[in-house]
Amino acid sequence: MESARARPGPAFTVTFDGRALTALPGQTVAAALWAAGVTSWRSTRGGGRPRGVFCGIGVCFDCLVTVNGRANQRACLVPVRPGDVIRTQEGTGR
Amino acid sequence: MTERADLAVVGAGPAGLAAALAAAARGVRVILVDADGQAGGQFYRQPARALGARRPQALHHQWRTWERLRDGLEAHLAAGRITHLTDHHVWCVERKPGSSAREPASFAVHALRGPAQQEGVTVRAGAVLLATGGYERVLPFPGWTLPGVVTAGGAQAMLKGGLVLPGRTVVVAGTGPLLLPVATGLAAAGARVAALVESAGPKAAARRSPALAAHPDKLAEAVWYAGRLVRYRVRTLARHTVLEAHGAGRLEAVTVAALGRDGRVRPGSARRIRCDALAVGHGLLPHTDLAETLGCTLAGAAVRVDDEQRTDVPGVWAAGETTGVGGAALALAEGHIAGRSIAARLHGTAPDPRSWAAAARARDRGRAFSAALETVYAPAPGWADRITDDTVVCRCEEVTAGQVRTASGTLGADDPRTVKLLTRAGMGWCQGRMCAPAVAGLTGCPPSPGRRPFARPVPLGVLAALPDD
Repeated sequence: MESARARPGPAFTVTFDGRALTALPGQTVAAALWAAGVTSWRSTRGGGRPRGVFCGIGVCFDCLVTVNGRANQRACLVPVRPGDVIRTQEGTGR
Repeated sequence: MTERADLAVVGAGPAGLAAALAAAARGVRVILVDADGQAGGQFYRQPARALGARRPQALHHQWRTWERLRDGLEAHLAAGRITHLTDHHVWCVERKPGSSAREPASFAVHALRGPAQQEGVTVRAGAVLLATGGYERVLPFPGWTLPGVVTAGGAQAMLKGGLVLPGRTVVVAGTGPLLLPVATGLAAAGARVAALVESAGPKAAARRSPALAAHPDKLAEAVWYAGRLVRYRVRTLARHTVLEAHGAGRLEAVTVAALGRDGRVRPGSARRIRCDALAVGHGLLPHTDLAETLGCTLAGAAVRVDDEQRTDVPGVWAAGETTGVGGAALALAEGHIAGRSIAARLHGTAPDPRSWAAAARARDRGRAFSAALETVYAPAPGWADRITDDTVVCRCEEVTAGQVRTASGTLGADDPRTVKLLTRAGMGWCQGRMCAPAVAGLTGCPPSPGRRPFARPVPLGVLAALPDD
């Protein structure tokens, strides 16, 4: 943020598993979660293991997340919006 | 929804942009289709506009080149010569053969719109340029699925696009020239880079030194990065590898060790480094799925092209990393040549290669340099032997190295496809893009083309809504 001298628009609130987080306009869901120190938001359907961003460019599908009730969203691609309800995706999310 | 143009360019990175600009300048009506919200691709990935970055060049190399591309694109957009479809994810390109010389082949480029990717858009064009870039190869090791472990390019993409860091203390590891901008970029953005762990040794570079020394600009770049590493006090461990990532629920530390010449770990050299992020990569692989679906012949892992950047499927050109990984300058040269060739061919004239002699020289130099680099930065031998049986190899389907070994050993699978059928490795969301190199390495099978009918998951409703023609 500092080196690029960013002046983002006003921050807004989203929730992650019921907890309020601050996000910035322009960020993806993944970027907002990283900025809040969250690195995992999915548990695998086989072993129930935690996962988050891996490839960061939409190739690996490891960062799947449930946003506003819709499962299987790639957090690294989906822009975060004010009031988004983000939930850890369990398994297939269905 | 259907859009029409003379040329559809898939990918708005350096190659796609250079081609679109060159073609549009010669009277070709271009539709540029790209998955991102802004042009630039991975190399020139821009911070989202709403982040209001006043100095985005702090995150970039060769900013002037980007400005030239961006300004050129804006001028063509304003003049209506280029249409830029952002947030369009291409899942298939169809070729409709021509019925006569007067009615040549045409193409349908099928994309899914927006982050939701529930709505289909089709672009129809008389020619297609595939500038689909590449993605990162990451070879597995115990702990590589822990949150906090990201690809090196992924860490850079999240920094460039979202101005965020994966953690406070980062280890950058693997092999390849990409590790240098990743380590220095993360450090400049405020991360503590505890180590840069490169499995290649300095002797490998020395052996190739005549080939590398022929590129003084690239040497100067390497020296610049070396200076940055010193400035940010990044400890570089050459001919080292990450043996394991540790943590309960998220990354807490990595164990690194020195490698001998035979690729074996030097006894007693293992040490633990505390970190909360590991950015790891072992080189890049070309995206070839759209080309494969069209029937384009591959050369090794990349799309095969001629001197004009034409694939062997008439009407289909390819440029940039999809024809072989070699960096932005090479991609720009290839894109420029492709754009000029396409313009001439669409106008029904034979292109004059003398008109792009400078770009052709840049292309030859770029390819020679990347060939030399490839031998320096090959994944360290012995990596497959260090993967324990309980290490997950296929991240989507949670298939372990032990299961893959059983498939190829006890069960006799001798190609990746049979391993896939026996274990489900490569059958998940990413369709084997993450695990294919590991499966090949673990089984000793040569990697085989993906043969995926679609480049990404497609909702059934979008397929059902396609017209019949």
